[in-house]
Amino acid sequence: MNLEIIGISVLMAFLFGYIMVGAIDFGASFFNAYSLIIEKEHILTNIIQRYLSPVWEVTNVFLVFFFVGIVGFFPQTAFYYGTTLLIPVSIGIVLLAIRGSYYAFETYGNRGHKGYAFIYGLSGLFLPASLSIVLTISEGGYIYIKDGKPVLDYWVLFTEPLTWSVVLLSITAVLYISAVFLTWYANKAGDKEATRLMRKYALIWALPLIITAAGIIVELRGHNPEHFDNIMNLWWMFAISFILWCMTVYLLWQRRNYGEAFLLLVAQFALAFYGYGISHYPYLLYPHLTIYDGFTNEAMAISLIIAFILGFCLLVPSLYLLLRLFLFSKKYVSGK
Amino acid sequence: MTGDSVFFSRVLTETTLTFHIIYATLGVGVPLMIMIAQWIGIKKNDQYYILLARRWTRGFVITVAVGVVTGTAIGLQLSLLWPNFMVLAGNVIALPLFMETFAFFFEAIFLGIYLYTWDRFENQKKHLLLLIPVAIGASFSAVFITIVNSFMNAPQGFDLINGQLANVNPITAMFNPAMPTKVAHVVVTAYMTSAFVLASIAAFRLATGSKHVYHKKALLLTMKLGLVFSIATAIIGDFSGKYLAEYQPEKLAAAEWHFETSSEAPLLMYGILDENNEVKYAIEIPFALSILAHWWPSAVVTGLDQFPPDEIPPLYIHYLFDTMVTIGIGLLLLSLIYWFGVKRGWSFVHSKLFLWFAVLSGPLAMIAIEAGWWLAEVGRQPWILRGIMRTADAATTNPNVDLMLVLFSILYIILGIGTIIVMIRMFKRNPIEKELADREIEKGGMLK
Repeated sequence: MNLEIIGISVLMAFLFGYIMVGAIDFGASFFNAYSLIIEKEHILTNIIQRYLSPVWEVTNVFLVFFFVGIVGFFPQTAFYYGTTLLIPVSIGIVLLAIRGSYYAFETYGNRGHKGYAFIYGLSGLFLPASLSIVLTISEGGYIYIKDGKPVLDYWVLFTEPLTWSVVLLSITAVLYISAVFLTWYANKAGDKEATRLMRKYALIWALPLIITAAGIIVELRGHNPEHFDNIMNLWWMFAISFILWCMTVYLLWQRRNYGEAFLLLVAQFALAFYGYGISHYPYLLYPHLTIYDGFTNEAMAISLIIAFILGFCLLVPSLYLLLRLFLFSKKYVSGK
Repeated sequence: MTGDSVFFSRVLTETTLTFHIIYATLGVGVPLMIMIAQWIGIKKNDQYYILLARRWTRGFVITVAVGVVTGTAIGLQLSLLWPNFMVLAGNVIALPLFMETFAFFFEAIFLGIYLYTWDRFENQKKHLLLLIPVAIGASFSAVFITIVNSFMNAPQGFDLINGQLANVNPITAMFNPAMPTKVAHVVVTAYMTSAFVLASIAAFRLATGSKHVYHKKALLLTMKLGLVFSIATAIIGDFSGKYLAEYQPEKLAAAEWHFETSSEAPLLMYGILDENNEVKYAIEIPFALSILAHWWPSAVVTGLDQFPPDEIPPLYIHYLFDTMVTIGIGLLLLSLIYWFGVKRGWSFVHSKLFLWFAVLSGPLAMIAIEAGWWLAEVGRQPWILRGIMRTADAATTNPNVDLMLVLFSILYIILGIGTIIVMIRMFKRNPIEKELADREIEKGGMLK
């Protein structure tokens, strides 16, 4: 295995981590706001706040890790993506700022401000949408080179159906992942009403998720045939992912084994995510940048990997402690 | 068009950093203060200090949240606004950048645990154990990110052969000559500033009429810490001057208005520069610049005449230098007098007037931090990487930077006002007297 593959694997692991913890976070804030509107906040708010508060900062670090890592392993990405993504990523930063400050201003300062909770909930939907644009752009066709400098074609970006399909997928995925997780979490807390409500949401969002996901594969056929062919070669990964989805939904339907249901969901998304990532190989930005011509020098790659291993030895036990104290602690979860 | 992008990229980066540094400085220093208070509380078995640690933490959380948000902003803006710099930096200096996120991760995990295990453990020592990684993580974030910045001042660890990078050595790049003084100065001034900011709060409560022993203990502790760290700051500041004389003489010369290379060089304090570059109204301290630069009164100090005009930083950085040093020395004296006064029982250190000076110490320290950073950053213009890459060549070619400047300015104004409102509300609603009463009931009157 060469250094490029190790580098991209590390980054994919962190991106996947961010997608999972981020989705739970974004979705939870949306459900929180929604429950305020339909006046059911007494059911959900407690459960959501109790989970989110200790981990929101950790969620954010996954994102920082990813963007620092990609510049470290693949410095050329700064040139292509940095130059072109000024507006979408800046909007993303502002949305992140709304979310970060919400915890500080709302949770510690001024509880129960409805307007703020509402904006916060909306940011949970807009943020995945604004970040998923990066994914769309990586498919190629949105960036052209003018005078040796990359330029993003906004007209093409906003008129292509693929853009909007990816946005839809990111939103449905956020709501589905979050709902399944919160069903399990509420059930663990012994909160019957919250479990019932979240289970309902999970089942509602299961079908749109699988439809949008399948839709994108079909659209890629026209947009980027090379990528489509690669996906077809990995069809078995997506097939297993689909079966796992069926199993999650089945368990939810049967009202049992919510913990296993969530683990199946993680596996389902991992397969789809890695299947997508592997089929994208070797491009970081089709067709301008591959992981080989964008890769850093060998000395830096090796030191980054060593730093990563050492850092990981520090992080895994710490994360375990965090999870044990908050997520897997019956006492904490049920609010004692 | 490109010229505009360079200008707006510089303004936006400066705006973001100026705002971020307020929160980042507190983020580095306050955890240490919290840890010390918790430790003293355990050692002396004094609940006041434990309570001090908790109340500081509550305010700290607000600053951390905004610090995380603005830190994420500057992290992404580096790639958005300076893509060409990041391509090079990614190749040479990505290692400390990467390590910084680990330090941040470490801090984030343990801060979350500390905050949400309030009173969960009977033993206060367990809470102290949780604070240690928070303080370590916070300080190491500063260490690693300052290493990146010191690389920009003294780039090394690679060769440029026909514009191509070769022989990259990430470790050499990290341990560049600017690194020891810069890292030490940043970390120590963060501790110093945080100590004075916390002293300001205690002094404010005492100055506005509270006679509570809690505030007196808080003020004495923070002033002592402030004294220790301002002495350290002064010493390291002197080393920084010597570093500049050796490796970045144009920055020192511009900051000191030292136009012509000479021996027995005097140090100019204050003064103004007229349009003919003549210095007026300055206080001249003979030999001081030679001593500052090379330990020796007759040493030769390089002047601006040794540099081509297009490689000289703006001369207004002298005012920044004056601001920083004056405040630093002033705060050192203030905390020294207070500590000595309390020891000797001088009554004037408890007077309203003196307390109001102490109230000013926090904001002044923060101004010194900003002035110091502007001095360091403007002082390496026109370079983004001294001697290697000019700022103008590193900026993005995207034409929309001005719009983003407006967007982010609005964001920072909202975040700044929000912080102030929430902080004031939080502590007004729950003054120490009330919290003490609450806890006394809770603990069954175990307060000492």
